[in-house]
Amino acid sequence: MSNTTKKIVIIGATSSIAEHCARLWVARGPVALTLVGRDRARIERVAADLRVRGAQASVEVETVDFEDARAIAALAARLGTPDLVLVAHGSLPEQAACQQDLAACASALAVNGVSPVLFAEAFAAGFAAAGRGTLVLIGSVAGDRGRRSNYVYGAAKGLVTRYAQGLQHRFAGTAVKVVLVKPGPTDTPMTAHLKQGGARMASPEEVALLIVDGAERGTPLVYAPKKWALIMMVIRHLPSFVFNKMNI
Amino acid sequence: MVAVSSWGRLAAPQHALRVLSDRLDLAAQIAAPLPGLAYGMGRSYGDVCLNPDGTLWQTRGLDRMLAFDARSGRLVCEPGVLLRDIQRLMMPRGWALAVTPGTQLVTVGGAIANDVHGKNHHVRGSFGDHVVSLALLRTDGQRIVCGPHQHAGWFAATVGGAGLTGLVERAELQLQRVPGPWLDTETIPYGDLGEFFGLADASEAGWEYTVSWIDCLSRKGRGIFMRANPAQSDAPEPAPRQRSMPFTPPVSAVNKLSLRLFNAAYFRAHQWRAGRGQAHYQGFFYPLDNLLEWNRMYGPRGFYQYQCVVPRAGGEQAVGAMLDAIRRDGNGSFLAVLKTFGERSAPGMLSFARPGVTLALDFPNRRGTEALFQRLDAIVAAAGGRIYLAKDARMPRTLFEAGYPRLAEFLPYRDPGISSALSRRLMGS
Repeated sequence: MSNTTKKIVIIGATSSIAEHCARLWVARGPVALTLVGRDRARIERVAADLRVRGAQASVEVETVDFEDARAIAALAARLGTPDLVLVAHGSLPEQAACQQDLAACASALAVNGVSPVLFAEAFAAGFAAAGRGTLVLIGSVAGDRGRRSNYVYGAAKGLVTRYAQGLQHRFAGTAVKVVLVKPGPTDTPMTAHLKQGGARMASPEEVALLIVDGAERGTPLVYAPKKWALIMMVIRHLPSFVFNKMNI
Repeated sequence: MVAVSSWGRLAAPQHALRVLSDRLDLAAQIAAPLPGLAYGMGRSYGDVCLNPDGTLWQTRGLDRMLAFDARSGRLVCEPGVLLRDIQRLMMPRGWALAVTPGTQLVTVGGAIANDVHGKNHHVRGSFGDHVVSLALLRTDGQRIVCGPHQHAGWFAATVGGAGLTGLVERAELQLQRVPGPWLDTETIPYGDLGEFFGLADASEAGWEYTVSWIDCLSRKGRGIFMRANPAQSDAPEPAPRQRSMPFTPPVSAVNKLSLRLFNAAYFRAHQWRAGRGQAHYQGFFYPLDNLLEWNRMYGPRGFYQYQCVVPRAGGEQAVGAMLDAIRRDGNGSFLAVLKTFGERSAPGMLSFARPGVTLALDFPNRRGTEALFQRLDAIVAAAGGRIYLAKDARMPRTLFEAGYPRLAEFLPYRDPGISSALSRRLMGS
């Protein structure tokens, strides 16, 4: 709610959760958003929406290859040191496809694990130099313990979790905040095919609200919704002989 | 397949769901499997938003704003945008929806498809009167941009067309200037229907919004008349209060006893608070939106809403006769609304609102409800009235055909790839 314009970079801005975060930011005060995505046409539509919603917002669009380390480094250098970077991209792979096709497995690991880390690391240098800034990474409850139903995705998100811990350690005692968000299943296009099951998923709006508040406070770990903190604590601590009998 | 029910929770038929989220390749997304039907928030009460064993295209993901002109007040948006989001976004800029129904938790697409009305029908007409243009996508891939003066037939068929002419891809809305979120209100208890009509007529010229709550158990038709005008006020925004009906009671919480107690208490409370005041638009327009999932209150068997409109000539007698029938049955509900519509022609071929008086009441689904409805149907038919498609789950086809004389004109505009439980029930396909 400050009066100075906040510079925010969103990686994977067409993701439903990221888009709802952006809507909250433009509603809350003057911001300069840079939306980074893969597909210019799709990201321009998000940008147009945010320009209508945020009378005081400026919205820029950048495209980059999410798996090209050099391009990511160049982009981060060009964008300088924002106040906040949200790394939100990802895609939920089909576990069965990952088991049958090693290329699908490689791509799932790259886009959900390696790529977010590259983006974060690219901006971390600027934050370190400035001695301030907030970096928000979207992990997943799936990264808390490997499960047969989606362990490739879980492994990639587990990588993000370990990375975020390391970064938090590195920036401990400075004004650089690293926020790791672990959403539970969220009702987005990415999970549309899962809905046929029936359990109620969180809405992207409520997840976004927790992310934006967590970013504001610099909370190191945000489960969204909060109930997942408890659920995952139980799941992490289940002994293998119990866990391995469960069909989850 | 997934079980989906509408707001009345009468049934939960199986549907294939397709989440629409990307405007770029919508034509491919809705081409198959058919029949399909656009589904927004599922706030319509009956079966207009259901397509059992077919596909529902969920439009909530199509919720982007495309353009807003702050000088003219024209907003272009996708069909899944909520009325709530438009109000929240535009109110601080001095603009608001010209027409809004009793809940803001509906999509723009749904508001167009049902041509919803609000408390200001006598001055602003219905939602469709403020749609400047819309882009319609047919299941065969054809795109038609239409408005009141451009492909006017397509426009008149789509506004109020129950989603049966195609998928609204985007709409341009004319918003209305407002001084802010506050309203000057006046609350006036009335003792009988004659008094109600007197108040309604006297308020047409000087008041933008009029509505009344009626005690459906009272002999003469007592109620509370509410009217309001936009107000200039610097009062701070009230803190949002949102609660939720936490569970579905095993039987309806609305029954003869609770209804009698509630209606008496409600009337007394408002009689005591009668007079002028000030209200925030959220509380005035959307009193029930703060209680999420209030529809659970009627228990697992769900409920019907019966909403009809009858012409003013003979309207007072017809409303009196309906209230009589309801009182004798004893199973109405406290959500009972009586309101006059202004002398305006409707923008859509199947629009509900027409000059006259509208009565809306909820009824828990129990044995005997249908018998009561048949008595009400007879009164509506004799008075030359009609029943609101957005609320209906059971009206007979003869009453539908009698109430909607432009049906034959509408049918050629239907998209053969789109069907709903309502269209199969009332139009044969």
